[in-house]
Amino acid sequence: MNPAASPPQDGLLARLGKIFRTTAFKLSLAYLVLFAVLASLGLGYVAWNARRVLDDQIVSTIDAEINGLSEQYTAGGLRRLIAVVERRAKEPGASLYLVTTPAGEHIVGNVSRVSADILARPGQYEGYYGRGSEPDQSDHRAIMRVFTLAGGFRLLVGRDTEERDRLRAAIGNTFGSSLALVVVLGVLGGWFVASRVLKRVDDMTETTRTIMAGDLDGRLRVAGTGDELDRLAQNLNLMLERIGELMRGMKEVSDNIAHDLKTPLTRLRNRADEALRTAETPEALREAIEGVIEDSDGLIRVFNALLTIARLEAGNAPESIRRFDVGEVAREVAELYEPLAEDKGMSLTVRTEPNLILDGNRELVGQAMANLIDNAIKYGVRSPEASPQPVAVSAVRADGVIRLTVADRGPGIPEEERGRVLDRFVRLDAARSRPGFGLGLSLVSAVARLHGGSLDLADNGPGLAVTLSLPAGAV
Amino acid sequence: MRLLIIEDDREAAAYLVKAFREAGHAVDHAGDGLDGYALAREGDYDVLIVDRMLPKLDGLSLVRSLREQEIATPVLILSALGQVDDRVKGLRAGGDDYLPKPYAFSELLARSEVLARRRTAATGSGEATAYRVGGLELDRLSHRVTRAGREIVLQPREFRLLEYLMRHAGQVVTRTMLLEHVWDYHFDPQTNVIDVHVSRLRSKIDRGFEHPMIHTVRGAGYVIRADEPQPS
Repeated sequence: MNPAASPPQDGLLARLGKIFRTTAFKLSLAYLVLFAVLASLGLGYVAWNARRVLDDQIVSTIDAEINGLSEQYTAGGLRRLIAVVERRAKEPGASLYLVTTPAGEHIVGNVSRVSADILARPGQYEGYYGRGSEPDQSDHRAIMRVFTLAGGFRLLVGRDTEERDRLRAAIGNTFGSSLALVVVLGVLGGWFVASRVLKRVDDMTETTRTIMAGDLDGRLRVAGTGDELDRLAQNLNLMLERIGELMRGMKEVSDNIAHDLKTPLTRLRNRADEALRTAETPEALREAIEGVIEDSDGLIRVFNALLTIARLEAGNAPESIRRFDVGEVAREVAELYEPLAEDKGMSLTVRTEPNLILDGNRELVGQAMANLIDNAIKYGVRSPEASPQPVAVSAVRADGVIRLTVADRGPGIPEEERGRVLDRFVRLDAARSRPGFGLGLSLVSAVARLHGGSLDLADNGPGLAVTLSLPAGAV
Repeated sequence: MRLLIIEDDREAAAYLVKAFREAGHAVDHAGDGLDGYALAREGDYDVLIVDRMLPKLDGLSLVRSLREQEIATPVLILSALGQVDDRVKGLRAGGDDYLPKPYAFSELLARSEVLARRRTAATGSGEATAYRVGGLELDRLSHRVTRAGREIVLQPREFRLLEYLMRHAGQVVTRTMLLEHVWDYHFDPQTNVIDVHVSRLRSKIDRGFEHPMIHTVRGAGYVIRADEPQPS
């Protein structure tokens, strides 16, 4: 065998240690101890009860015999008693008999030795005795009762408890061996379960290691048993799925950034390059550098817009939430853009309902409004020759949702393109010739999502109507 | 003005120090939060420019500690963090202004100068009720604007725009600063919206006068100056 393939000794030890440390093994062990304790208690109770029943039986037999014998004595005197005892003592079986004088001297019976204390006082005892017929003179255990007959004679009737003790020993032995069996089986069972669980966990660990090493397409194996490990594996797989999605999204964004920032960066570089080559007067140089700075500011603007979108997608922060009137924001932003629209010959009308109260981020809603109005002014013209068209801004409430709509009379966006324009950096062909980076609507869309709302693009027949819906009790 | 820049990025700090010095300001630099805190406590600065993320003591804690020590030097916080409420947190910690990275230096310069000026103005009797720049006068109480004695009628928003420009007469104010203080929004206007407002205001203020007062500073913003050309 290849030495590298055989597990070294400490590897085996480590594996044992791992199994002992598993939750499954520890649980098995705990249950084993609990079961052993409960079983001991149960069996102990049974043994104790059986002994009690047997003792009761013995005692009542003894009592019956004493009653019978004392009747014989009353009826026929000592002689009759001696005769009966003599006969009974010879019968095979267990009963013990002894009749003594008031002074304790043996008259008749099969008990040869018994403690003088027992004979001295009438009552029930459990003690040792010697049997007359036996050669070895050993002591036996018995339950005995001493009865004083009329005339001071003592009558002892007893029953050997050997059988009872044997039963008890049997119960004890059975219990001991079954406990040993349970322990062995329990440890083995725990071992088995633990190593199975450990194997699955080791599999999972192995898989996660390869995933961590970069293989994001790896998935944990689901055994199909529906147990907790399966559920864990399924959830981890879902998490991996989500991580994968985010990674793909991020890659897409960075690809887009790389692609779309290249153009302005190249322009910036060319401008600087050209200035270096051709500018001859300090003024020309200065002008070129100012142009470069302007281009850089444009880039910074793009970065800031991208960062803002990324921030929005990371979720809102409670500290920036406050209560404000959406209608007021709509009016303010429209007022901000009004001169710009007017310069283009467009009219900007605003219609707002009162009390459009929203708990949200006023800055962001304002910025979203600004982007929408900005777009409407930029693209709300059908052709450069056509006469300027009005832009309508409205803010209304319907079914607990505040709807901010900016509608223009421009060429609109074909239905199949409407979903796409919400993506970052997407600029429709018609917009390519105008300034902008294709981030405006992405940002509005992110603001909508942040507030639990939505952004809808619709046909304004003709033109485009963009509606930002914000649930009134948002965030 | 005297500035303290607390920024751990050496290159960024070196650029800022150089740029501020070229703009005629005295600049000190600290490379981490603790050094910055010590310098800010001892030195007499007009403005502190504090990066949000600093080794040893982060920017917000630094500002909070200074304010607890009742050191009221204006603070401008620079941040590259990506949270929506960064600005709110920065101002709540005791910052006076906030600029997210990346920014244009002209923006930082303009904001720092305004903060420094605010500090010197704060030692006076609070906000003035009237401003005068050359022949131009603005009365905040009667909402009247006159230039060379001739009354100029302004819309409320134009009035506030002029008021802000005049309060910072001789200082460059950027478009985002105008949007922040005149309209109370902190975003970046995508097109030349502010320019249109300023040019409307300019047409009312400068029309019929030989020397314009509202000047465009390329790559930065606007400045209002006395109508007589300064002897240079």
